[in-house]
Amino acid sequence: MTGASTATIAEVCVLACAQAWRGNGPILASPLGLIPSLGARLARLTFEPELLITDGEAMLVAPDETVEGWLPYRDVLRLVATGRRHMMMGAAQLDRYGNQNISAIGDWARPTAQLLGVRGAPGNTVNHAVSYWIPRHSPRVLVARVDMVCGVGYDRAAAAGISAPDLRVVVTDKAVLDFGSPDHSMRLRSVHPGVSVEQVRELTGFPLGVPDDVPVTPVPTGGELDLIRRLDPGGRREAEVG
Amino acid sequence: MTDRVLGIDDVVGQLQPGMTIGVGGWGSRRKPMALVRAIARSGLSGLTVVCFGGPDVGLLIAAGCVKRLVTGFVTLDSIPLEPHYRRARQNAAIELTELDEGMMQWGLLAAAQRLPFLPTKAGLGSDVLAVNPQLRTVRSPYADGEELVAVPALRLDVALVHMNRADAGGNGQYLGPDPYFDDLFCLAAEQAFVSCERIVPTAGLMDGGAAQSLLINRAMVSGVVETPGGAHFTSCVPDYGRDEAFQAEYAAAAGDEQAWASFRARYLDGDEASYQHAVRASGAESR
Repeated sequence: MTGASTATIAEVCVLACAQAWRGNGPILASPLGLIPSLGARLARLTFEPELLITDGEAMLVAPDETVEGWLPYRDVLRLVATGRRHMMMGAAQLDRYGNQNISAIGDWARPTAQLLGVRGAPGNTVNHAVSYWIPRHSPRVLVARVDMVCGVGYDRAAAAGISAPDLRVVVTDKAVLDFGSPDHSMRLRSVHPGVSVEQVRELTGFPLGVPDDVPVTPVPTGGELDLIRRLDPGGRREAEVG
Repeated sequence: MTDRVLGIDDVVGQLQPGMTIGVGGWGSRRKPMALVRAIARSGLSGLTVVCFGGPDVGLLIAAGCVKRLVTGFVTLDSIPLEPHYRRARQNAAIELTELDEGMMQWGLLAAAQRLPFLPTKAGLGSDVLAVNPQLRTVRSPYADGEELVAVPALRLDVALVHMNRADAGGNGQYLGPDPYFDDLFCLAAEQAFVSCERIVPTAGLMDGGAAQSLLINRAMVSGVVETPGGAHFTSCVPDYGRDEAFQAEYAAAAGDEQAWASFRARYLDGDEASYQHAVRASGAESR
């Protein structure tokens, strides 16, 4: 068995992503990106065995790829509206109140960089739990103001007079953050091993809520590390972080 | 049963400049690429294209066919961003109606059900409403009084979809894991054309898959075209997966004007048969 002290930042992030789904029960876990995918599988294999996970296409599968169900895109969209889903999305830009942009950078009418498009982010954020995975914590990603609101944050939801979104955590390669402040602005929950609070502040493009005591993000146990390495034997996770 | 078998050029001949055309599939998956290539060759212009966008969007933009795109995203899946689409947007060369994926589904369903709109929560609070000033909200007439987005019907003049199998009457069958929204595109359209890998006798359809693989019936279809390899280079499982090497060649060429000119000359300027021939030759070369 491998010792926990040898965990890499990527592996710390896998566990931090996994924790996002703790206590969720039989809902669809939709991770975007390799590290969130490993996290969802780790959660399913350990403390959250009821989670539903897809193979990235249309099949619901166990971590060993045993098929347990069918969920083509049309049914994902139907499930979204029931609320029985917790998605971990990415973000080209994410602001202090959790507004997310994956559509375009710059002026929408003539962007300096066209990205994917809004995808399902508007519907996801008004319907079910959402977390974010930011593989490179930077002031270019964690910005004061996003150029196009795709995923809806707390201030925009309030301004629109709709229910508050259910934004759970933001996992980056440096820290875990959440929206637990009284005004739902982003605050620091923990820093990864070897990362200082000051570093996180500097890499964040808006004033960050910082509690008096900031713990270190939990490191995977030996057993968890074995599982992570079995799920990703080629070690592709290491290339996904800063 | 009426024989609805057509050739690729017959389908393109039904299209007119300025039409609204829905394209089935999703991203770089089971796109009716043979029909898309033929439209790109035809020089049709001013089209409004409605789709879950992939290389269909890129090819049609590169050929100057597109006036407006209605979509939630454009991606090549294994290659996240579509170079032709990016450039067109960054040069403001096309108009865009950017909708949430669920709004797309609702808009197509509204058209299929002959409703003016369908209400949804998706879009509320987001800039989808800001960049689409034509969108309206509607208030629930019931006690909750909830305000919702009224997604307008996405009515299509023509839908184009690609199936694994079909019969001569236009009954279409998908054999992969996901139907995407192909039946909905057909129902939302005045006319739907189905391309397929193989036209089989009606009696052979059930040999290929279970009852629920018969996604499209002939009441939904105006014409059917046999186009082996007709989804290439997008995936068309189980007949074939995405041609990743070719898609990478496409994306690299699409990012550069000169490279695109030679890609077009090599693969796209001829008809579908010469495209398939050039793809086979290129595959043989790299092996």
